[in-house]
Amino acid sequence: MFFSFRRSAAVLVKEFIQLRRDTVTLRMIIMIPVIQLLLFGYALNTDPKHLPTAVLSYDNSPTAHTVIAGLKNTEYFSIEQDIHSEQQGQDLLRRGEVLFVVTIPAGFERDMIRGQSPDLLIEADGSDPVAAAGALSAANGMLQRILNQELTGPLAKLQQSPPAFKILTHRLYNPEGFTRYNIVPGLVAIILTMTGIMMTALAMTRERERGTMENLLAMPISPLEVMMGKITPYVLIGFFQSALIIIAASLLFGVPIIGSLWLFFAALSIFIVCNMALGFTISAAAKNQTQALQLSIMILLPSILLSGFMFPFLGMPIWAQYLGNLIPATHFIIISRGILLKGSTFIDIWPHLWPLLVFMVAITCIAILRYRRTLD
Amino acid sequence: MTIQAYAIDVKNLTKRFGDKLVVDHFDVKVPKGKIYGFLGPNGSGKTTTLRMICGLLTPDEGEGTALGLDIRTEALEIKKRIGYMTQKFSFWEDLTIRENLEFVATVYGLDHKKQRVDEALTKLNLATRQKQLAGSLSGGWKQRLALAACILHDPQLLLLDEPTAGVDPKARREFWDEIHKLAANGLTVLVSTHYMDEAERCHAIIYMSYGKLVTQGSVQDVIQGAGLYTWVVQGENLMSLAATLEKLDAVKTVAPFGDSLHVSGTDADSLKAALTPYFDNPAYDWHQESPSFEDVFIRYMADAEDNFLAKKEAG
Repeated sequence: MFFSFRRSAAVLVKEFIQLRRDTVTLRMIIMIPVIQLLLFGYALNTDPKHLPTAVLSYDNSPTAHTVIAGLKNTEYFSIEQDIHSEQQGQDLLRRGEVLFVVTIPAGFERDMIRGQSPDLLIEADGSDPVAAAGALSAANGMLQRILNQELTGPLAKLQQSPPAFKILTHRLYNPEGFTRYNIVPGLVAIILTMTGIMMTALAMTRERERGTMENLLAMPISPLEVMMGKITPYVLIGFFQSALIIIAASLLFGVPIIGSLWLFFAALSIFIVCNMALGFTISAAAKNQTQALQLSIMILLPSILLSGFMFPFLGMPIWAQYLGNLIPATHFIIISRGILLKGSTFIDIWPHLWPLLVFMVAITCIAILRYRRTLD
Repeated sequence: MTIQAYAIDVKNLTKRFGDKLVVDHFDVKVPKGKIYGFLGPNGSGKTTTLRMICGLLTPDEGEGTALGLDIRTEALEIKKRIGYMTQKFSFWEDLTIRENLEFVATVYGLDHKKQRVDEALTKLNLATRQKQLAGSLSGGWKQRLALAACILHDPQLLLLDEPTAGVDPKARREFWDEIHKLAANGLTVLVSTHYMDEAERCHAIIYMSYGKLVTQGSVQDVIQGAGLYTWVVQGENLMSLAATLEKLDAVKTVAPFGDSLHVSGTDADSLKAALTPYFDNPAYDWHQESPSFEDVFIRYMADAEDNFLAKKEAG
């Protein structure tokens, strides 16, 4: 059957009228991106600072004080209490009141002078590795430098000779290491996955659940016409949400937008259609709205966890990376971060753009084929 | 009659859901311009048959035409020319009456859309409520909206699936007046129903049970063809009498109607012989009547059930 814009537009108008009357959904469309952006943008931090720390010092020497001051200066440690026994430190750690317990042994300075290499113990709550990692590496570097500066007079001989080479790390693209720079471009992908898949899936299953599908099928209208009419409003909503996020990201969080916004929105359109087609396919598999919602969440969870949104993609085992590569959000997050933070060009993003294109075509075909023309 | 004389002409229509045979080699012919009533107990396959005729379900076996178009290959053309009213209200409850009709008009590609919708609204007295959401309408008004939407594109054939279920008598009367007006203009109607009075308003009825055609013809033909003889008894304590009579072999059905019982059987002589002992009882007043359509209907229902159970046991 040929394609008629008139019939497709009829479905589109119907969908818009229904959407306009559905105030709850309408509010969700605006509130979900705003709330998530504010929550994730302000609350999430993978490089946290000022972490609660307790100090157990058996040595009241100037060097011990320098060490404690040095830890404070890294800004990772917020030394909230001095404790007086190991037991107390263990309790604080177990209760989660502190993330670190720093123990300075008795005779720390004296042993240093004697060249006996005393141990400075930093116990970290390893149950939260992300929180501890940054602080520990900072502690290593900082302490070494501070001690070298302090080792004067009789201690000067302890100063280490300069190491044979220095390791320079250089944070490119996000020199301050702000987590929100990383979060916001990824968030576009997550919010679009969420609203896109769910809304399309629900919009279709709603027709089936309310019995209006039978009516629609009895009319001379083709699957493609229904699909286009149903999807277009949500594509527009997707663009609206993305624009909202990008504007907020720029104004509230000062996320630099380095690359071309045109390129960004071009890639965005492909990503949106991927999600809509995915939602459409779900609606063909689901019998009712509850099932559609469950299936959407099954796609949403890996999109958050395996896509590199929450955890570094390259840090995952190879099999998980293969799995992650099957998720459109994975590619779009890389594209989005690339364009917005690194100023990537078309050539740069192509390796992740073509999988999205393939995905879009494949899923759209499945969606149309799976659409039931009859009630069989 | 030529093939063209029939709006619906299907043979051997068969549909299975899993291993359940829902429609079993069903034949039906509906002449143009007639109103045919489609009767049968719940689950007899009426809805499935209607859905196969309008292309919503693919028949597993069988062939036929609707409006001269092949139901297997020309479903799309059929959809353009027929109006199908679903059993459950299936228009959009979050659209107004007018918006629903406009949607339908656009999908069917009607010219002078606004005018057509206005006409339909006036015709079915919906004009004053056109801005009301369909979901807020009562049953009668919903059914009126559904009818308006089904006939908006001037179909040549209407398939109505229990259109008056849950609608009050006045609205039902108005609905049927409308159906007769449409049929007078040449529209063919196949309407499924459980109401006897509605069946009696049809030109002919088709009786279906357990997926099979049981009988068809005008109501008068069907009553006569049933070969049913009915005695009516009035008196005291009829329910206990009914329990006694039901056990008699000659008695096929016993049905209470107000303060009387209709006792029916298929053999006039043996029925009379079986009932004679009760004639003398002064508590009861007996007389013979020609069976009502409902007596026939209930008789067919009971028969079909017996056949089905017998088949099940044999199988």
